[in-house]
Amino acid sequence: MSDKAPRLSDPGLPEHVHRKADSDPAAAKKAERQVAILFTLSALGTILFIYSYIWVHTDRFIFIPIMGDQNASQLGMGIGLTFSLLFIGMGAIHWAKTLMPDNEVVAERHEFRSEEADRQDFVATVKEQGAASGLGRRSLIKRSLGLSLGLIGLSPLLLLRDLGPLPKKSLEQTSWKTGTRLVIDPSGRPIKPSDLEVGAVAQVLPELAPGQERTLENVGKDAVLLIRLRPEEFELSPERLSWTYQGIIAFSKICTHMGCAVALYEQQTKHLLCPCHQSTFDVPRAAKVIFGPAARPLPQLAITVDSEGYLVAQKPFTEAVGPSFWERSS
Amino acid sequence: MKRLSRYRRHRFAGPVLLVFALFMIGTTFSVASANTRLAASVMSRTAAIDEGRQIFLKGCSSCHGLNAEGGKIAPSLIGVGAAAVDFQVGTGRMPMADMSVQAARKKPAYNPDQVAALAAYVASLAPGPAIPDQQVLYYERDGSTAQGGELFRTNCAMCHNFAGQGGALSRGKYAPTLMKATPTQIYEAMITGPQSMPKFGDKIITPSEKLDIIKWIKAAQNEPSLGGASMGRVGPVTEGLLGWILGLGLLVGIAVWLATKAR
Repeated sequence: MSDKAPRLSDPGLPEHVHRKADSDPAAAKKAERQVAILFTLSALGTILFIYSYIWVHTDRFIFIPIMGDQNASQLGMGIGLTFSLLFIGMGAIHWAKTLMPDNEVVAERHEFRSEEADRQDFVATVKEQGAASGLGRRSLIKRSLGLSLGLIGLSPLLLLRDLGPLPKKSLEQTSWKTGTRLVIDPSGRPIKPSDLEVGAVAQVLPELAPGQERTLENVGKDAVLLIRLRPEEFELSPERLSWTYQGIIAFSKICTHMGCAVALYEQQTKHLLCPCHQSTFDVPRAAKVIFGPAARPLPQLAITVDSEGYLVAQKPFTEAVGPSFWERSS
Repeated sequence: MKRLSRYRRHRFAGPVLLVFALFMIGTTFSVASANTRLAASVMSRTAAIDEGRQIFLKGCSSCHGLNAEGGKIAPSLIGVGAAAVDFQVGTGRMPMADMSVQAARKKPAYNPDQVAALAAYVASLAPGPAIPDQQVLYYERDGSTAQGGELFRTNCAMCHNFAGQGGALSRGKYAPTLMKATPTQIYEAMITGPQSMPKFGDKIITPSEKLDIIKWIKAAQNEPSLGGASMGRVGPVTEGLLGWILGLGLLVGIAVWLATKAR
């Protein structure tokens, strides 16, 4: 900045413009009427609210364009309450803006620091009352108070215990064991390979052992999607191909990104989508990730049939299902 | 006429005439094509197959092949069964209006008799799922809404939304809303697996479980929106959008009004 720049003069405050209602009685009367109309609308809204609550049957519906059939009672109560609150506020603001005094007042700023006399007075009062409480002399009170306040400070730290215990190996284990039958969710029927046509899917869970109960924690790890393709459509390694049975392939339904249930199967493209973040898995290529944020393919469950011809697991999952976690071993 | 001819050099005369001409062509065509309705109920089975073949050759064979053997852009229809035809043509999805990624539900191009004839023809090519008998579809009597809801959430909700409103798939494909589907169409979709949808055979979802699902979908279709506008019943997305745009817009407007000095 050069010193030669012209100094700007202080423009001062803009001139105060008086409102029409300040000088013209007719305008003031008009503003008064407007405020009264707004308050009356508010009163009508409240009456509509009360009427809709008491006298409109809850099973009555009326047709509103765009919105469709609407419950008359709810609609009346909603509109009534909106009117009653909105217009009381609008009326008050309009009143203040048009009719209440319109004087401009200059408020001087003052120093934040109190007067010296006030400050000395305050210190003297604290000292006097401190001595009167006897805290300095009565050490029993001082110590027990210190103990109680200290324990209160400790108790929130104690609640941190609920962050544990550590899950240990439980995140890597599911209910699938060698020979566990695949049963349909939710009916619990076992499945034969002939039950699935080409292009069909089934949502399956492990069969429960006698006396065992299905918990949400287990379903969250055990859920499996069964898909049947033509066997020649697979592009799998020989090992993975041996995990399928006559074109039937089984994947964990738990997304390897955030653990949502991956079950949007597009029969024509043979893609599996996750509804949460659009991760896309290519089923014929062992659920390879072809789009989206998932880090790993869905774990494949090795399946075969048992002596009665029902589909069973060859062995447990060979890796942890679901999203990544710190202690994950694979 | 004389009065009209005064406006013949008006600058809007051309566009107005064009719109009028297009309108006339459209209405004349629809009147003419509505006359082709047949009384198929009296047709014998072979007559229906013959009639269906004629419709197929005119309307379907350019994509699906002269003998329904399929082609580069359309699948073979041999063995898809009458149920697939009744679903695809009865909901207007086939014939497709354009080569987009998905055939959308629209006004059917053929009347019910013609659809039945087409279905009879395609069913005569090779055995496939038949149109479910109306006698089977006593879902009101035999279905269970609660059971159907559980089956729907397990098998259907991931694509069709928890309230049957439909949802997005990949690359412009989508699972359609179920709010217009009839019980027969729902049943047919489950046994034939149209477009992206996988098949749900009778061993995976038994016929009685299918009725449960139909009963639940019918209940969802007739569910009144007690809480005001349902906004598509897709949850917080539309509600939040409306809240942010309308609600916040209203608040901004009020704030501007508050700060304006009265005159």
